Amino acid sequence: MVAEASNKTISVTLRVWRQAGPNQPGRFVDYTAKDLNTNMSFLELLDVINDDITRGGGEPIAFAHDCREGICGTCSLVIDGKPHGPHRGVASCQTYVRSFEDGAVITVEPFRARPFPVVKDLVTDRAAFDKIQQSGGYISVRTGAAPDANAIAVPKEDAELAMDAAACIGCGACVAACKNASAMLFVAAKVSHLGLVPQGQPERDKRVLAMVNTADALGFGSCTNQYECSAACPKLISHDFIARLNRDYIGATFRTAFTPASANTGGGA
Amino acid sequence: MAKLDSKIPSGPLADKWRKHKTEIKLVNPANKRKYEIIVVGAGLAGASAAATLAELGYKVKSFVFHDSPRRAHSIAAQGGINAAKNYQNDGDSVYRLFYDTIKGGDYRAREANVHRLAEVSVNIIDQCVAQGVPFAREYGGLLANRSFGGAQVSRTFYARGQTGQQLLLGAYSALSRMVGQGAVELFTNEEMTDLVVVNGQAKGIITRNLVTGELRRWAADAVILATGGYGNVFNLSTYARGSNVTAIWRAYKRGACFGNPCYTQIHPTCIPVTGDYQSKLTLMSESLRNDGRIWVPKRKEDCRKDPASIAEEDRDYYLERMYPSFGNLAPRDIASRAAKRVCDEGRGIGETGLGVYLDFSDAINRLGEPAVRERYGNLFDIYHEITNENAYKTPMRIYPAVHYTMGGLWVDYNLMSNVPGLFVLGEANFSDHGANRLGASALMQGLADGYFVVPYTIGDYLAGQKPGSRPSPDAPEFKEAEANVRAMTQRLLSAKGTQPVSHFHKRLGQIMWNYCGMARTKEGLQKALQELPKLREEFWASVKVPGSADTLNQALENAGRVADFIELGELMCLDALTREESCGGHFREEYQYPDGECKRDDEKFGHVAAWEFQGVGQPPLRNVEPLNYEFVKMSVRNYK
Ligand SMILES: Cc1cc2nc3c(=O)[nH]c(=O)nc-3n(C[C@H](O)[C@H](O)[C@H](O)COP(=O)(O)OP(=O)(O)OC[C@H]3O[C@@H](n4cnc5c(N)ncnc54)[C@H](O)[C@@H]3O)c2cc1C
Ligand code: FES
Repeated sequence: MVAEASNKTISVTLRVWRQAGPNQPGRFVDYTAKDLNTNMSFLELLDVINDDITRGGGEPIAFAHDCREGICGTCSLVIDGKPHGPHRGVASCQTYVRSFEDGAVITVEPFRARPFPVVKDLVTDRAAFDKIQQSGGYISVRTGAAPDANAIAVPKEDAELAMDAAACIGCGACVAACKNASAMLFVAAKVSHLGLVPQGQPERDKRVLAMVNTADALGFGSCTNQYECSAACPKLISHDFIARLNRDYIGATFRTAFTPASANTGGGA
Repeated sequence: MAKLDSKIPSGPLADKWRKHKTEIKLVNPANKRKYEIIVVGAGLAGASAAATLAELGYKVKSFVFHDSPRRAHSIAAQGGINAAKNYQNDGDSVYRLFYDTIKGGDYRAREANVHRLAEVSVNIIDQCVAQGVPFAREYGGLLANRSFGGAQVSRTFYARGQTGQQLLLGAYSALSRMVGQGAVELFTNEEMTDLVVVNGQAKGIITRNLVTGELRRWAADAVILATGGYGNVFNLSTYARGSNVTAIWRAYKRGACFGNPCYTQIHPTCIPVTGDYQSKLTLMSESLRNDGRIWVPKRKEDCRKDPASIAEEDRDYYLERMYPSFGNLAPRDIASRAAKRVCDEGRGIGETGLGVYLDFSDAINRLGEPAVRERYGNLFDIYHEITNENAYKTPMRIYPAVHYTMGGLWVDYNLMSNVPGLFVLGEANFSDHGANRLGASALMQGLADGYFVVPYTIGDYLAGQKPGSRPSPDAPEFKEAEANVRAMTQRLLSAKGTQPVSHFHKRLGQIMWNYCGMARTKEGLQKALQELPKLREEFWASVKVPGSADTLNQALENAGRVADFIELGELMCLDALTREESCGGHFREEYQYPDGECKRDDEKFGHVAAWEFQGVGQPPLRNVEPLNYEFVKMSVRNYK
């Protein structure tokens, strides 16, 4: 039975988005690959096609990848119109050839969203996510200044929920899946992770305001509760975190409107 | 010959680090901003170092080849991080963690470094918790621990199966905070392609921007490399595809010594190769060996049959047979080599014959499927996703794979290489794991180096450099280095070959795996040392690198990395050939005890080999740093 499953081979045609550079026009180009072992991963299929292209004197398809096990968030393909392909809860690199029929024609595109401009072919620039983090996605603690790790108990349920949010791999599929190119699931994951643990409380308001406002300024759209984001998320991060984010944001806006003047002087001890 | 001074402080083991910290030179706070430090790499080691140095007031430039610092390979670590907190009250201590690590490393690491690592391990956990790292907790809200190989206490902290991810995101958040404040300048998609040495000191780097292709020169007062391990020299490994040796290899070619390059770790439980298109091997947690039984058919003829059709008496539970006391829980290296042995006999299973069964049917009969699901459900799911097989119904197929490199650039106690001003952290250095690394100790070392060691020790070097004395990036040394990189790029692009880079990487991987992998012999290594120079020449003659230098060109990136790997392969084989003993991950078939355990030769090889470059194709010099064990007695590793 093992041998039977793996001896199966298929042939497919990839209809791939080719674009030489950021401001260049792009177009789809077809590549056919034959006799593929169905245990091959989708990225390995691109490797095989690229080697063929190279031997034939062409320029291989640029695509982003690194860990190839669903954790680094680098891979970012839209396969047949779906960010990360046909299956729920996996990244592009965890998609396998066995998910496709023999003879299938499969379209492969980059993530499409205004804040993620195409660099080349299937590679996009997602530096905007780093900028959102830099605006407040942290707890300010200098190295060496930390108290003993067990000095604060964190209820197990809170730690678990924080971990659910923290599982985000920062790939940007949520943005690519959203018709508004909203980054709310990404921001909500970070805000919730840090907002659920006691260490994150002192900067909670500041953090949520800074991250949401930065996302807006970077051109990400607003959330209109379609939840395509969590459906496309390779870590299945729940859109419940967006509701939590909204509560935090409204509360923070309200509270900072009434902040005592002294808190804004920045002097402090 | 390079001068290797380990700079190990004198005095009792437990006082060395404290004493050293009070004795080394400091940079006055007002002067710190006058010094620029380049940090290459932002994995656990690089991100923690860059953030901490910026907090101290230094001007820091951080470079990564990734499109974001959060994508460093540290993200993929699963199991956990060790620390001598003794929260379980099970008798753990700094000394015990030190001792386990020394013993685990088969007495080939420096005592003083390892003791310091154990000391600062406790601060790491404090730091990470303060950053909000969501470690697993007990019902009372305090931190939970699990146990890991090579230890009798429970000292491993973890965040589900994503410990590396969570620790890296913590360090990344600290780094992001400093970037947001303008204290760190971050350069992503920027690959270091050369080290610039001025008057014998590391004073800058050359980078290639991977998006625009632009080459740039950067001057600094000191350079830190935290660029990870080089296991991809084997082509197939558990590493991310982009992990490479380029940064430290080019530094080696500029005079930094390479310590113990042949020490590599091979993990016994990975998903086997299915075909020659394969790009990646996925690790399955070692914990599976607690309940799974490992076997292959007794007869070659049975290897292609459905495992369910093979009768109990026709199965060879070889670990249980060969190592009755340890059975399926034999140490990593022994389990790996045993799997290789049965496959070499032609009894391997699966499509390629390079695999063994890890069978849970006994455990399912004994405990019931729900209990097995609860313990290992997520691993069974990963296995299913990759192989499309249901491991509750049919045994898993596993095979060993390259997982970690203990070797790396030689550094002294201050983590400075023999090139003054060049510091090396994390997996890129050779320092703390000797000939074998224990599970959950790499994350610990990366963060120790970056948060708690280099921020002190770099001051000792910088205090001796006049503020404002760093050279201009227009100095001739910078121009020469840039020209060197440009020439290599041109040479790659103009090679008139027909074969893609992957062709050479695969062949390199095969040579390395066959002759410098789990079991090494004199003949095999000599053979590899004949084949590798030929492969190198063939590469330059017949590689095909399409595209141009001035855009995103992944083929060009790979070509440069594979060119370095081929050269590194030669050095690893030479190191393995010269080290006529077995220790930890370095197993020479000629040197073993009857039970298959490593036979060390402390008299002849109780030292670090630090290789010094003499030119491509020229034999490098072998420098030696003796390992003086003052506090622990070197003895035969025994886990029975
Ligand atoms: C699958 C897997 C599981 C593991 N699990 C564990 C575990 O449970 N516990 C444990 O302790 N260890 C584990 N390890 C080992 C551990 O993850 C690594 O040793 C460690 O994370 C390495 O960290 P680092 O900071 O040294 O390097 P990395 O995280 O590899 O970072 C390297 C950095 O250098 C940059 N870089 C590299 N070259 C260049 C260049 N030329 N120019 C510019 N930038 C460059 C990269 O962009 C990156 O930022 C595991 C390893 C693997 C493969
Ligand atoms: S390549 Fe890392 S998540 Fe897909």
